[in-house]
Amino acid sequence: MPGEARSVAYLYILPAALIYALFVFIPFIHSIYLSFFKGNGVTRMEFVGIDNYIDIVTNPVLRSAFVHAFELIVFYSLIPIAIGLFLASVLHRSRIRGVAFYRTALFLPYVIAPTAIAVIWRWILAPRGPLNSFLEAVGLGALAQPWLGDFTWALPSVGMVGTWVMFGLVLALLLAGVQKIPLELYEAARLDGAGPWMEFRAVTLPGLRYEIVVALVLTVTAALRNFDIIYVMTSGGPGNATVVPSYLVYQQAFKVAQIGAAAAMGTVLIAVIVAANLLIARAGRRDA
Amino acid sequence: MISRRDTIVGYLVLSLAALISLGPLLGVVILSLGEPGKVGIRIDIAKATNFGNYADVWEKGDFGAAIQTSAIITIVVVVLSVALSIPAGYAFALMNFPGRTAIFALLVLGILMPLESMIVPLYLDMRRFNLDNNYWSVILPQIGFSVAFGAFWMRAFFVQSARSLMEAAWIDGANTWRTLTKVLLPLARPQMLTLAVLFFVWNWNDFLLPLVMLSGSDLQTAPMALVNFEGARRTDFAYLGAASLITIAPVIIVFMLLQRSFTRGILAGSIKE
Repeated sequence: MPGEARSVAYLYILPAALIYALFVFIPFIHSIYLSFFKGNGVTRMEFVGIDNYIDIVTNPVLRSAFVHAFELIVFYSLIPIAIGLFLASVLHRSRIRGVAFYRTALFLPYVIAPTAIAVIWRWILAPRGPLNSFLEAVGLGALAQPWLGDFTWALPSVGMVGTWVMFGLVLALLLAGVQKIPLELYEAARLDGAGPWMEFRAVTLPGLRYEIVVALVLTVTAALRNFDIIYVMTSGGPGNATVVPSYLVYQQAFKVAQIGAAAAMGTVLIAVIVAANLLIARAGRRDA
Repeated sequence: MISRRDTIVGYLVLSLAALISLGPLLGVVILSLGEPGKVGIRIDIAKATNFGNYADVWEKGDFGAAIQTSAIITIVVVVLSVALSIPAGYAFALMNFPGRTAIFALLVLGILMPLESMIVPLYLDMRRFNLDNNYWSVILPQIGFSVAFGAFWMRAFFVQSARSLMEAAWIDGANTWRTLTKVLLPLARPQMLTLAVLFFVWNWNDFLLPLVMLSGSDLQTAPMALVNFEGARRTDFAYLGAASLITIAPVIIVFMLLQRSFTRGILAGSIKE
């Protein structure tokens, strides 16, 4: 009977659990352990307590990686969700046919390899690339920049790529949600004399709560991880203007052989990601 | 009350959004057919006739071997991950056993875990046991991450749709294995397909793991081949455009064919509460 204790259950779980434990979970625990040591991973490692974690807080470059990651959340998450909410509330009364075509188009940037996206956008943002040509053509040549080579613009440029990747996904999610809100709710709000803003706050926003939570989880996690695009587009440069945690993990472990420092960075990164997701889940419940 | 005007506005807005999503990709198609070796990077649709770029890039970037490596790794990962996720999700959903909640919680944590947080010891351990620089050094960790989501996904399906069916089958005297294979799996086909598409896309696109694990070998995946090619010819944008499209073509084909399954997977989070 269902619910009856069955030791055969362990057999069903074993293959998946074993591979997960060996290649994901135990390395994760091992990584936490390594984060308390200094060394290159080959010769003897020296125990240093929480020095590596103190470094993350006190070293300006390491600290800036997390600041950059949070700035990227604005581009990966907040801007796409703001655009998506605005369009979803404009479109809530349209019943569109051919949704499959639009969904395919909107999802495409999310599906293709981030390495390819990075190569494509390095072209678009090149000093003599299409973006600058376009700006010059429409008389905004003064705004043309060496986007990825500029200390001020490099991080927003990378962020803009994230906005492009995420906005279609978020829009498709929110549109699917808004189509499920009964039109009667809007009629009722209108009869009560609600203007567009009240209608948005009282009907659209609560109706999209689950979709917003899903969009936040997907986009915030992507913003915090973000290795491939930085690796290909900027390698953290110019200077350290675009270093992010995952890039520093790679650089410290495999370029300068600071195993402990890399492991500490990775551990803080996962703590931030888990904390962000718990926060999003809680906010989603509280608004219920 | 849906007015004509609302519908027209709807189509206009969606078309503009679709254009923003597709525009850069269409631009790259034109770019990839331009004159190779030129530093000038404006695209010109009238001169976009250099179909030979693809053959050149295929050869110079060693993309034939890279696509093959990616295909072997991805197919093995997809098949094994789906196969292992099903029994795990089944047991978590429908059986009672000591430690169920704790084991499930640890497994689901893997959905959130970034590879970056364990890449260092993973590499050190693989090297210690001489497992690095071969297919398995990429396949096994990819399966580990995939089954975390897969068990979660299949459990949700079995919890929702299987309880009464399974009770009936067990009353008829079928054991747990027969119930799974004869009664439940035929119903789970859409969920399995969604899982397979998600696994294919994620693992084909994965870059950091193969970059680290295969660094000391001649093996490279398609994204690695693209990045290596890019490093060697940073301004030859016609070639880079062609190389990008070669890299993403398999995923785009799979996505186009199975678009419904993929979007169902992404949208599912919003459907269930």
